[in-house]
Amino acid sequence: MKVRAQFAFVFNLDKCIGCHTCSVTCKNVWTNRKGMEYAWFNNVESKPGIGYPKQWENQEVWKGGWELKNGKLELKSGSRTSKLLNIFANPDMPEIDDYYEPFTYNYAHLQNAPLSEATPTARPISQITGESMEKIKWGPNWEDDLAGEFHKRSKDKNLDNIQKEMYGQFENTFHMYLPRICNHCLNASCVAACPSGSIYKREEDGIVLVDQDKCRGWRMCVSSCPYKKVFYNWESGKAEKCIGCYPRVESGMPTVCSESCVGRIRYNGIMLYDADRIEELASIENEQDLYEAQCNIFLDPNDPKVIAAARLEGINEDWLDAARNSPIWKMAMDWKIAFPMHPEFRTLPMVWYVPPLSPVQSQIDQGNLPVGPDGAIPVAGTMRLPVQYLANLLTAGKTEPVESALNRLIAMRSYQRSVHVEGKADTRALEAAGITEAQAIEMYRYLAIANYEDRFVIPTGHTEETLDDAFGFQGQNGFSFGNDSSHGVSKITLFPRRRKETVEPKELAPTRDNQ
Amino acid sequence: MNLHNFLYGVYPYIALSVFLLGSWLRFDREQYTWKSDSSQLLSKANMRLGSNLFHVGIIAIFFGHAVGLLTPHSWFQALGVSDMAHQMVAIWAGSIFGIMCLIGGTILWVRRMFNARVSAASRGSDKFILTWLLITLLLGLSTIPVSIGHANHNNPGVMIALAEWVQSIIYLRPNPALLESVDTIFKVHLFFGMTVFLVFPFTRMVHVWSAPFGYVGRPYQVVRSKRFR
Repeated sequence: MKVRAQFAFVFNLDKCIGCHTCSVTCKNVWTNRKGMEYAWFNNVESKPGIGYPKQWENQEVWKGGWELKNGKLELKSGSRTSKLLNIFANPDMPEIDDYYEPFTYNYAHLQNAPLSEATPTARPISQITGESMEKIKWGPNWEDDLAGEFHKRSKDKNLDNIQKEMYGQFENTFHMYLPRICNHCLNASCVAACPSGSIYKREEDGIVLVDQDKCRGWRMCVSSCPYKKVFYNWESGKAEKCIGCYPRVESGMPTVCSESCVGRIRYNGIMLYDADRIEELASIENEQDLYEAQCNIFLDPNDPKVIAAARLEGINEDWLDAARNSPIWKMAMDWKIAFPMHPEFRTLPMVWYVPPLSPVQSQIDQGNLPVGPDGAIPVAGTMRLPVQYLANLLTAGKTEPVESALNRLIAMRSYQRSVHVEGKADTRALEAAGITEAQAIEMYRYLAIANYEDRFVIPTGHTEETLDDAFGFQGQNGFSFGNDSSHGVSKITLFPRRRKETVEPKELAPTRDNQ
Repeated sequence: MNLHNFLYGVYPYIALSVFLLGSWLRFDREQYTWKSDSSQLLSKANMRLGSNLFHVGIIAIFFGHAVGLLTPHSWFQALGVSDMAHQMVAIWAGSIFGIMCLIGGTILWVRRMFNARVSAASRGSDKFILTWLLITLLLGLSTIPVSIGHANHNNPGVMIALAEWVQSIIYLRPNPALLESVDTIFKVHLFFGMTVFLVFPFTRMVHVWSAPFGYVGRPYQVVRSKRFR
């Protein structure tokens, strides 16, 4: 047993309102410079839909993740040798149009335009070429709130084994939001695919990072990540990805996307797992067993044997405390209401999702939905969102675990309703769903109230242990003794210098003086 | 010192020194700029054909030159390779890989110059080095008819002179006189080729140093610890 700690996430889809605050805060902090205009470390998709980049879930197209070849785990895009043979042109590489061509608008024209009959417009400008774009044909969230024709959105891979035609009808349509970041996988395929060995997992917290100095731009990680969460910066020529906001996390703060989530749907916490079992559990034959397999890799932070082994690995006491109080452990392991996204990619992702219930009140009022014993809360399998769709997203198509989770969420509501409406606790639904009253009360606190200190249980990074002289390091981050901020004194440079300016409209808005 | 002696007695050393020292300096000081600088994200069309033809062609040409020019004449003779056989192999291999490289390089050049996105994202050095490589390649291909002419007269003298000149440079006994009787086209090709080494450290060419063969023997997962050990 080799105990390692992982900084992990749960996103409660039941409460995501699709406001994109997470995306915008993340973009403002991490991806707003030249070459990364098109990249969103965090994005929120409307489902069903083909997503960002187009069809990212379809690994027949992109060859991301792992597969079993003769029972052995191998990258779906091919072995190490085939990677090197394809290094001159990656056959599975997405093109910028699969994401979208980044654009801004010529806003100044609104002020500069001469007097005319028609209202002046701000035309779009490509942030790559700086030229006007005739028409914007795709964007980072083109399918927002089910925009576009159903037959295009229904190419969603999760609808593959579902008779989907009926969901194209207005009466039967369903919709959910899917916020996505890097999954900081335990068996990351981007790490495995990097020919330079520049992508790595941090031993202390499991955050997956790209060493910007070591990356040579072979771009195998971009195609090998099945979630398409490694991006190629076309200005710097380096791969960039979600860094799990590690500078914040190391000082005990949640990630920017989690902190700014207005719906309080994001949970950050620590999970302990057995690093010796990664390959064994990712190689389970039946892909529908991969969700359970991943549950089996986690180690119980209350088990004295695990605690002893963790101490031997040098894991700190406050990390063990955090693991015991981890909201991730509670939702994934204790209550079994959170699931990894697409476990069939075999990367053992560490962003887990609580499946969404459906807005159902008017359907119940009209008597269209079978309800449970309390006469108010619907039965899980009959709700608007097909359980099979959620299962395709979260458990490789196995419906039982998802249905059980939905039942528990419903039972928790039913119980709370009985307490607050009837004034008398009715535990029948809880018993049917297999949870105790104490668990339901705690679930309510975590899911409905979602206090800051319950959502974010993040121990600090212990820099004092990773430096040989922590006191000597104090004060070293301002002025340095090197040429850190210097690119030389002459205008001409021998080695390529960074071009900082992003594309801005050529026309400038009038200043106050010359108006 | 006349121009000939400068170009074929001194310039090679300037080019090689800048090539080695420049590469070392850039690797040491400018890791962030050390990359292949792929533009495949911006335009995928024809990349597979163009890039593969170009790279396979140019790598074969590089090693062809290395083996053909650096192997001492006596070794070829000891191996039983006659001068005319050597010349025919050079002509054939040079033609095949040269044309592969030319087709691929032309595809890449058209893309680099005329694809709006790729062109906008290119630096001056990107356009320069690709154009320079293509000119060098075209000059190299133009030497082939001359070589065929020599081969038809059973005359390996030029080929041997070129190899001995290269070896004279490597062994630090520069002998530009060896090139005096060589056809002009070879000499122009040599100048362009040496200049590739001169500009190498200042362009995207540096990615050649980083061909990731180590990947084949590496475990898939990479874990780094921050701990001071």
